Amino acid sequence: MTSIEAQVLQPYKYGFVTDIESEVVPAGLNEDIIRLISAKKREPAFMTEWRLKAYRHWLTMTEPAWANVKHPPIDYQSIVYYAAPKQAKALDSLEQVDPKLVETFEKLGIPLAEQKRLAGVAVDAVFDSVSVATTFKETLAQHGIVFCSFSEAVREHPDLVERYLGSVVPYTDNYFAALNSAVLSDGSFAYIPKGVRCPLELSTYFRINAAASGQFERTLIVAEEGSYVSYLEGCSAPIRDANQLHAAVVELIALDDAQIKYSTVQNWYPGDEEGRGGIYNFVTKRGKCAGRNSKISWTQVETGSAITWKYPGCILQGDNSIGEFYSVAVTNHRQQADTGTKMIHIGKNTRSTIVSKGISAGRGQNTYRGLVRIMKGASGARNYSQCDSMLIGDQCGAHTFPYIDVRNSTAIMEHEASTSKIGEDQIFYCRQRGLSAEDATSMIVNGFCKEVFRELPMEFAVEAQRLLGISLEGSVG
Amino acid sequence: MSAAAAAPILEVSGLHASVEGREILRGIDLVVRLGEVHAIMGPNGSGKSTLAQVLAGHPAYTVTAGSIRYGGRDLLEMDPEERAQEGVFLAFQYPVAIRGITNAYFLRSALNAVRKHRGLPELDPLEFMDLLAEKLKSIDSDDSLMNRPVNDGFSGGEKKRNEILQMAVLEPKLAVLDETDSGLDIDALRTVAGAVVKLRRPDNATIVVTHYQRILNYITPDHVHVLSGGRIVLSGGKELALELEARGYDWVRGEAAA
Repeated sequence: MTSIEAQVLQPYKYGFVTDIESEVVPAGLNEDIIRLISAKKREPAFMTEWRLKAYRHWLTMTEPAWANVKHPPIDYQSIVYYAAPKQAKALDSLEQVDPKLVETFEKLGIPLAEQKRLAGVAVDAVFDSVSVATTFKETLAQHGIVFCSFSEAVREHPDLVERYLGSVVPYTDNYFAALNSAVLSDGSFAYIPKGVRCPLELSTYFRINAAASGQFERTLIVAEEGSYVSYLEGCSAPIRDANQLHAAVVELIALDDAQIKYSTVQNWYPGDEEGRGGIYNFVTKRGKCAGRNSKISWTQVETGSAITWKYPGCILQGDNSIGEFYSVAVTNHRQQADTGTKMIHIGKNTRSTIVSKGISAGRGQNTYRGLVRIMKGASGARNYSQCDSMLIGDQCGAHTFPYIDVRNSTAIMEHEASTSKIGEDQIFYCRQRGLSAEDATSMIVNGFCKEVFRELPMEFAVEAQRLLGISLEGSVG
Repeated sequence: MSAAAAAPILEVSGLHASVEGREILRGIDLVVRLGEVHAIMGPNGSGKSTLAQVLAGHPAYTVTAGSIRYGGRDLLEMDPEERAQEGVFLAFQYPVAIRGITNAYFLRSALNAVRKHRGLPELDPLEFMDLLAEKLKSIDSDDSLMNRPVNDGFSGGEKKRNEILQMAVLEPKLAVLDETDSGLDIDALRTVAGAVVKLRRPDNATIVVTHYQRILNYITPDHVHVLSGGRIVLSGGKELALELEARGYDWVRGEAAA
């Protein structure tokens, strides 16, 4: 089976380092560092205070140990919490962005230059701790949509940030969320006003470049009544021998009749075949369906990172609100993933759908961990969960931990799970029809993930399939 | 045409093969010429399916001695996909399911892999649909299986029909039907066998591996071989199949021993 295993993931293509002068703060974490980061970002006082409160709370917490992953202890005092490419002065336009950065994003397939931009996609490009460019800002502003870096939002829209920041993921939520709240670097902010259907896909591309630094981005998306937005997130990092920490927080808020579709293609450096290096991806993502008939949909394709610890969830507070989670997680070599979702049903007639596809190859360990909780008042709540695992080879592992907590007897719960193995017989069948073993493997994996891929916006579906070494499935008819 | 005039497409000599260290084939000699239909019969465990799998190149089977020449080339040197691209087709006894991939997409990918190998342009979905419609018509079939996932949730009859449909599209030079009749009721057998007969041409050859004579009522073989203990113990014309049906495989074992 080794030939098949080798075909599942292509070599990491995004491992280059951009040679650019960085401004970094000294390694380590204390209140002075936090004040320094806040000052560098010219933040209002409420933000500095909030960071410090988060930091003080973080000091009282211990790193969680319940996830089904193993790693040496993380030395939080050796991490650089802020790194930014040096630039002479504040940027007025994209044309002033350092050509090296433009080139970096171009290499990653994210053109920032005006004439080459992806049609229909507005991009916020985050490099280490800062956002370097946001495209289509003016076009969006015409619709009243705010799309900018998180740092800019703190300065330009402090009222919105103060109102919603931490409202879904408070800094007390968990160890990594507290850390993020204390040192958050940059990220994206989107605000869709009442009744507006966002005409472009909004997208953020996160790039870690500096060595020994962590990335702690914060994304906040607010969809007002009756609005709609589709948001895409992509990421990558250079190949380095040391592990790097990425602890992000994403908060989504959907008011009455609003819809947020959040898609991620996560391709952080996964480490080498022996498990050296790679990103620790410890992320808290949560959406609140605050309003009636609101909907939040998470779709994620997780192919990178040495360790993934991530449970994008939905708090279904508004009556008739809908939460969805579609996930493909791939672990190869010595990668570990402990990922899944939390669906908390509070409102009446709330519905949630969970479709999780885990693919393990090499010595990869893949865990689905999901919680579905139906609260007392959530009459008529429904959940459908489907967790499928695929094993390639005999040294990998697939684990499933579904937690179900039902406190209302009218709830309807369905849970399906399956484990399959790509067999010699499946591959042979395809080869006997003239397909190469590579194409056969791609086809089988692609078919397995189809229910998730079809949820992705077109731009990302192509990217996701390419990441898996998969030729596009253009089904006929 | 006379058998002597046609070129041999397949020449098997002294073939020994084993699986998991157990020897199954113990010296097979077989020559198949273009335009011919050969039936390979025999009791359970005689090595019929092993022969079919070895011809297709299944990696679980190891050839320990002997040779197979296909169109003058050494078949054993070729990967399974190259054999397929060169025109070897195996209709599986147990076709494998592939979830999430439509039959049409699978078959177009397969056909394009074969066409690419033969230096022909690949077909886009629309061109493929035209070709498919024509092939389906030629074997009196319809496209009801095409938009379903490959063999996923298919009945036994549908799986076998699907194998023959793939055969019609891929146009092999040498088709090996591995117990295509097993698990079929009379009507399904007639449909499937009828399609095989329609695909028979002077420039291709078919090996029908079967336990029972009944499929041979529809597909008339030129040669019948009886396999027992990994060897061909008896060969004859189509009447041999009838005799076997009447007298059973014990009779063959007796003949072979005598």
